[in-house]
Amino acid sequence: MEVSKKLSAYLTKLNTIRTTAIKSVKSESPTVKTFTLEDDICSKANPGQFLMLRIPGIDEIPLSILNAGEGQVQFSVKAVGDATRHLHNLTTGDLLGLRGPFGTSFTETRGRVLLIGGGTGTAPLLFLAKRLAAKVDRLSFVIGAKTKNELLYLTELDAVCTDESAIATTEDGSYGLQCLATEPLEKLVDKQKFNMIYTCGPEKMVKSIFNFAEKRKIAMEASLERLIRCGIGLCGSCMIGKYRVCRDGPVFTMARLSEVKDELGMSKLGFDGSRIEV
Amino acid sequence: MNNNLLTVNIAGLKLQNPTALASGILGYTGDSFKFVEESGAGAIVTKSVGVSPRVGYSNPTVVQAKSGLINAVGLPNPGINEYTEELKYAKSVLKVPLIVSVFGYTSEEYALVAVKAAEAGADAVELNVSCPHVKYTGSEIGQNPKLLTDVVCAVKSAVQKPVIVKLSPNVTDIVELGKAAVKAGADALTVINTVRALAIDVETQEPILSNVRGGLSGPAIKPIAVRCVYDIFEALPKTPIFGCGGVSDWRDALEFFLAGASAVQVGTAIAFEEPAVFEAINKGVTAYLKRKGYGSVKEIVGLSHQA
Repeated sequence: MEVSKKLSAYLTKLNTIRTTAIKSVKSESPTVKTFTLEDDICSKANPGQFLMLRIPGIDEIPLSILNAGEGQVQFSVKAVGDATRHLHNLTTGDLLGLRGPFGTSFTETRGRVLLIGGGTGTAPLLFLAKRLAAKVDRLSFVIGAKTKNELLYLTELDAVCTDESAIATTEDGSYGLQCLATEPLEKLVDKQKFNMIYTCGPEKMVKSIFNFAEKRKIAMEASLERLIRCGIGLCGSCMIGKYRVCRDGPVFTMARLSEVKDELGMSKLGFDGSRIEV
Repeated sequence: MNNNLLTVNIAGLKLQNPTALASGILGYTGDSFKFVEESGAGAIVTKSVGVSPRVGYSNPTVVQAKSGLINAVGLPNPGINEYTEELKYAKSVLKVPLIVSVFGYTSEEYALVAVKAAEAGADAVELNVSCPHVKYTGSEIGQNPKLLTDVVCAVKSAVQKPVIVKLSPNVTDIVELGKAAVKAGADALTVINTVRALAIDVETQEPILSNVRGGLSGPAIKPIAVRCVYDIFEALPKTPIFGCGGVSDWRDALEFFLAGASAVQVGTAIAFEEPAVFEAINKGVTAYLKRKGYGSVKEIVGLSHQA
């Protein structure tokens, strides 16, 4: 009862919207911008957690946290729809609403770790990599995008890798290796045993990494994406198997990924609750 | 939880314990129902389903208030035809009764959805005549005794399964509507749906929900719900009642039983206490019954009226 009351008060506080002015905006690529906001509660977020961002009068969307600390929180947004395009037009001083941070975070491991990010899915992994960099023996990072323009955080990634640099892949070959982000995986793992693979990105990519990790018996954690409405595990919009991505996820362990593998990369719930292709 | 102290029978539905998942919560998939059952719920009520698919409102659809949540999700659902497969799957994996929440824009639509739900395996239907935030359905029907009567009659004449009517608190006299529903054939009542509410962001100076108005749930509305159950039980002592509104722990559940509810539905507490709230309520109620020397939870239903 005591624990439960504490959880209740804690969640009520997290879930209360804080409306705050944008502190700064930075362009990461032609389609991605990073926003910095001041928020004490979100500044305590752990890598993998997400926040709900209210764009007043427009929408409220879930976003992975890119960085948190010292009273501030950062997230990157790709302009893909009405809400995100509107957000890209906002600037320092404009008001946004925040609630969260919500959900599970990546488990910190030691030894040798491999991080594989696809597109904006790289954001929570960079946050994690910064936390892990000084504590692990090896940190390798593979980042993939369709084209050179969309490769994010390259300088920062090089700085946190223990390898010479991050391995960049592009589908069109305009930078780094011309292949999917999953392709360098086999070579890396053949050369050296990794203690953990962390990934976030398009779900087909996550699925193929999961299949690989399962076959090679390597521990893995992945951050998944679904339609998120309430963010607090109530509305059921983000179910995968028996799990709520907003509450039991977004970070899923290998064991949980195994439980939901029939849906992983295959189906999700749409806005009307019907099953649609991922 | 399964013990003899907790079993109840509501309008022919046998519940192993007097807790149910309230409509609108985690309510699309068979896997989510199964998880809630494993967490201790004695029955499942689905999200409301209608004739055609609906995508619901854009976000924000849920906003935190000081002691509850205000939601206007907007009845997103895949439509009964699409949903039939999921219902069949749910029925195949569940041991507890599956109650399908139904809405429509006409009495014919309510009846059509109820028939298809029953064919898919629903053990009962709960008529959503109380959603406070979608036009031409929900509370617009449940606030009007004539429309309410038409809907209940149409469904009753179309299905053999128990028909539960979920009442709105956003009325002058909930007893009048409860009586109309029962006269039209309702086998049980769920009391209450959310309380119409609104939240404003003082910085942007505008309502927060995309739909502007929503329904308040959670601890804030529990005393209102207990009063409504008390009033309904007083007027309709033979009608079984699902108490609903802010049930977060066993003491809350007991208040509803003592006011006249045979079972309670739990929704918002799942966010703040986790689904384990069902097991916690059942444990607490069992301990209470033993401590007070009762042989069944049925013995305390409506007991506060004797005082």
